[in-house]
Amino acid sequence: MSEGKVRAGYVRSLDIKHGQVDMAHGSGGRAMAQLIEELFAKHLGNEYLAQGDDGALLPAQGAGKLVMATDSHVVSPLFFPGGDIGCLSVHGTINDVAVMGAKPLWLSAGFILEEGFKLADLALIVQSMANAAKAAGVPIVTGDTKVVERGKGDGVFITTTGVGVVAPGRELSGRCAKPGDAILVSGTLGDHGMAIMAVRESLGFESPIVSDTAALHGLIATMRDSGADIHVLRDPTRGGLATTLNEITRQSGVGMMLQEKALPVNPAVNAACEFLGLDPLYVANEGKLVAICAEQDAEKLLVAMRSHPLGAAAAIIGRVHDDPHHFVQMTTGFGGKRIVDWLSGEQLPRIC
Amino acid sequence: MKYIDEFRDGEVAKGLAESIRREANPERTYHFMEFCGGHTHAISRYGVSDLLPGNVRMIHGPGCPVCVLPIGRVDQAIRLALEQGVMLCTYGDCLRVPASDGLSLLKAKARGGDIRMVYSSADAVTLAQKNPDKQVVFFAIGFETTTPPTAVAIKQAAALGLKNFSVLCCHVLTPSAISSILESPEVRQWGTVPLDGFIGPAHVSTIIGSRPYEFFAEEYRKPVVIAGFEPLDVMQAIRMLIRQVNEGRAEVENEFSRAVDRDGNKKAQQLVAEVFEMRKNFEWRGLNVLPYSALRIRSQFAEFDAEKRFPLEYQSVPDHKACECGAILRGVKRPQDCKIFGTVCTPENPIGSCMVSSEGACAAHYTYGRYKDVA
Repeated sequence: MSEGKVRAGYVRSLDIKHGQVDMAHGSGGRAMAQLIEELFAKHLGNEYLAQGDDGALLPAQGAGKLVMATDSHVVSPLFFPGGDIGCLSVHGTINDVAVMGAKPLWLSAGFILEEGFKLADLALIVQSMANAAKAAGVPIVTGDTKVVERGKGDGVFITTTGVGVVAPGRELSGRCAKPGDAILVSGTLGDHGMAIMAVRESLGFESPIVSDTAALHGLIATMRDSGADIHVLRDPTRGGLATTLNEITRQSGVGMMLQEKALPVNPAVNAACEFLGLDPLYVANEGKLVAICAEQDAEKLLVAMRSHPLGAAAAIIGRVHDDPHHFVQMTTGFGGKRIVDWLSGEQLPRIC
Repeated sequence: MKYIDEFRDGEVAKGLAESIRREANPERTYHFMEFCGGHTHAISRYGVSDLLPGNVRMIHGPGCPVCVLPIGRVDQAIRLALEQGVMLCTYGDCLRVPASDGLSLLKAKARGGDIRMVYSSADAVTLAQKNPDKQVVFFAIGFETTTPPTAVAIKQAAALGLKNFSVLCCHVLTPSAISSILESPEVRQWGTVPLDGFIGPAHVSTIIGSRPYEFFAEEYRKPVVIAGFEPLDVMQAIRMLIRQVNEGRAEVENEFSRAVDRDGNKKAQQLVAEVFEMRKNFEWRGLNVLPYSALRIRSQFAEFDAEKRFPLEYQSVPDHKACECGAILRGVKRPQDCKIFGTVCTPENPIGSCMVSSEGACAAHYTYGRYKDVA
């Protein structure tokens, strides 16, 4: 946020209640400076953002390595049960940094706004980002705003980038799953995806399903404090658990066997999936993680996860084994076996 | 889930598997065709075949709506979207069916066609109401299960006086497909497709009842057991078929009695008869042109018939040369017998229609069962 302060006395303040985004808000001129000042800086303000330069000047970190991750958010609708695009864009990127084993430190936020978008909605979204960032202790230290003509966007798109630091030797990677390891998930599957699906206009069914969007670095800290030998962490977002596990088997060159009976799924999500012909294994999550750890530490890790509010429904769901074909397989509740394949095609567009 | 989990109970499955093993005569093999894609999907997804003894084999049938949709019909839908500029609505599975010129409805959408996925025919009517300046066409596919909702949509459009709604009717009839298989030389003459009985359709039978299958049991001496789409339904039906074969009976039995009776849903049948009539001929993918095997819209509702409203000549297009979908749909080959299965033809890049829907034999085997081929 590079623009200087606008002198309050000479500027009529933004009409947040009735106003709309117009092309001038992305022009780099006074209107943009005002939008940044009265909306973004007001809610997101912190010492780094207040520097007001082209970039944020941040303290260099000592030992360890930096982790950087970026994530664009195009979710439709912008507001959904349990969250909105604002908090989602904060949680999503924090989680991507945290599952690398890093402590998330800072975020950047880039906004693409559509001409005509209501300032009142934008204010709600920015407030939600501010609340999420504050609760997570990860400030948004720099940002950017662009405006596109009406019809060229869909309200607002948000790209966030996160930087974190990982202590020497504490890095995690999807390459580290080993035969014999246990596979755990931190809670019920598919809540975010089905919450979005349930409010999409064309489906029009009502349900109490709420998105699970949450920042997971607190849960991860608890898990690492337990001393369990964690090999892999991942957040199963788009494509769901199935897709994430297939990524890990390929990266690590292993296979997996899941137990269908052990998979935690909220009954309302299960029923909605059944109704729509979807499989909860492929439905997106925004506040869940998969952990793969040494077999002997599985119980210890499970206890640690369950001690944290975001891991209360954690479960051990399977084992890693040798498999040159890198299949993720599952023993079905029925007693047969099947593959849990990569997601094919698009199950649900614009989910995050 | 109440009323669902009961039909997926692993303990009950174990008991059924045990009794199937006990009753199946080890001296012979049993080949049963599950007609419906719904059964194919259940068998693959729950691993039902893992619970069957080696001498009880399942053959996948042609009852997958998008699998039997010929290229020429998808081409028509694409032409409507790209050349006539209509808003084309259809069920999700249709979107990826390969058509001519490397296109599919999904690819036509990327080229600017206004193509919408709907969950019900009623959604298409709603879209027509909301977009009075656009012609909205519902690309109606499927067997007897999806036909009554299309009839309702047409009657609803008539009642609302909609001038911008029409239907490209590609509804097909189950009994025609079963006869075509039973009449095929592989079954009748050469015996290269051994067929000891059918698992009869679940949802289709709720509409047409169990009576239409009696002819097949009597005329062709093939046992038919109508079964629900849950895995325990399938297991139970297999046991009932084995008993019929062992006792030398060829009857229609109803495992799905919680939803199906002999006469079916008369109200739905009347509705369908009111809006639709038989087509003299209809091309099926894999089964060629079958006489009186599909429905068209009656002249009374002609204004809602997209084939009459738009210039739409039907052109038959042959399948890809290496594609074995035809033989697979007739039970002559298995997915893994096809040279391009899993190499050129994958769920991401389907060449044949059986690789598209999760009910298709190839997609089901690829997605759930291909580990067996490399083991």
